[in-house]
Parts: sequence; C-alpha cells; structure tokens
Amino acid sequence: MEEEITFTVPIRPDMELEVTRVASSVAEAMRLGKDKIDEIKLALIEACLNAFEHSKSKEKKVHIKIKMTDDRLEIIVRDYGVGFDPSKVKEPKIEEKLKSPRKRGWGLKIMRSLMDSVVINSHKGGTKIIMTKRR
Amino acid sequence: MLEQELTLTARKEDKYAVITTEGYINNPGGEKIAHMCYQLMDEGYKHFILNFSQSKVINSIGISILIEIIEKVLELKGSLSFCGLTNTIAKTFRIMGLAQYTKIFPTEEEAIKALS
Repeated sequence: MEEEITFTVPIRPDMELEVTRVASSVAEAMRLGKDKIDEIKLALIEACLNAFEHSKSKEKKVHIKIKMTDDRLEIIVRDYGVGFDPSKVKEPKIEEKLKSPRKRGWGLKIMRSLMDSVVINSHKGGTKIIMTKRR
Repeated sequence: MLEQELTLTARKEDKYAVITTEGYINNPGGEKIAHMCYQLMDEGYKHFILNFSQSKVINSIGISILIEIIEKVLELKGSLSFCGLTNTIAKTFRIMGLAQYTKIFPTEEEAIKALS
C-alpha cells in the first residue's frame, strides 16, 4: 500500500511548524513511536529551514510530499531556488564552532543523524531533499 | 498563531539560576534565552540550569545560540545544565557535541542536586 500527500507552503517565519504538523499526523496514523515522530519533525524542520534560508526561491514556496508505505515514511522537501553543492558543506564540529563567530551550519548533520536515509539532489534549478524513516 | 512565542521565567538562587522556557526555541526564542543568561551573567551568575520541559520543539538556529551561551559560560568557568529535554532533543545535543560541554539531567531537581 502506498499513499501520498502533497502540499506547498510559503516561505514565512515558523511555517516549518505547519509542515511538521502534517507529517506528525501521518506518522501517528502509521503508528510510529513518539521518539521516531519527534525525530522526523526535527529533521523536517531542518530541511524546511534549509530551503527557507538558502534557496533564494523566486516563487518563495517550498513543496512537500509525504509518502507512506507499509515499511517506511518518505518525505520530500523541494524548492526551485539556486541550489547548493552538499559536498562543499563542511561537517560542523563543536570544538570549532565554540571558537568561531559562525555557530550555525548544523542542519544537514541533524537531518542525517535523525533519519534512516537522506538523499540530496541539488542543482542550479533547485534542491530536492528525500528523507526516509523506516517503521 | 502558529506556535506560542517563547516565554521565559528565571529563578535566582544564591549560586545558580534556573531558566524555564515554554515554546519553540528558534532564532528569536534562542535570542531571548541568551539575553536572559547575559543579564544574569552581568549580575554575577555563572552556573545555569535551562529547564526545557515545556519546550518540545527546537531548531538548529536556536541551538546555535545555545552554543554562544556555552562559549560565554566556559569563559566564566561556569556551568550550563539542561533538564526536561525530550529524548530527541537530548539525542540531538549529543550528536552535535553539546553534551561534552554541558550536563543533561532528566529533572530540575537532579540538576540542582549536582550543583550542590
């Protein structure tokens, strides 16, 4: 069985929370545990923030697809912005961040740590982040 | 309204201060916590307990501001303890390495006991 929900959110402050509410409802319907749902929510917040803050999307929108299957939940966060090269994003280290004026740059690490898989397809036409959590 | 704006309460004890948050710890939420901590530092406090039991959602920008607070606490040779974290927030702090420079306790009582 496979079902999916697609929706679009405007790039506006705290809109990431609206996205997590939908994902949370879907994950609850799949009877995922509380900790897994919380992990999905936090990873999803980071994927949305990545698009909100860095995409420079002219349409100022982010497109979300949530797919449920028997064994996993897949979430796709897509923007049609400027894209980025994930291989050029430096792995953040707390020792360095404590000494640096720039404390940010944790989003990808959080996503990758909390989800079972994260695939990033990005090019000059935009970015697609595909995150999966197994049941 | 999407989410309640972060509210803070601070309780000052002789040797430490407890800051209890309620709401989303995002950029403005993190800034509020930092502002409160820096005010307390100006008053001479250097040991802090952050009680997040009423804050179930956080993001990396909010956490980055917590790292700024940790940096200042380390400069003062003080301490920062967290309590009331959800399992996911605690896991995230460990993944990011915050747990190396702070302490995480299940409850405020345990955090206070460790300071005594």
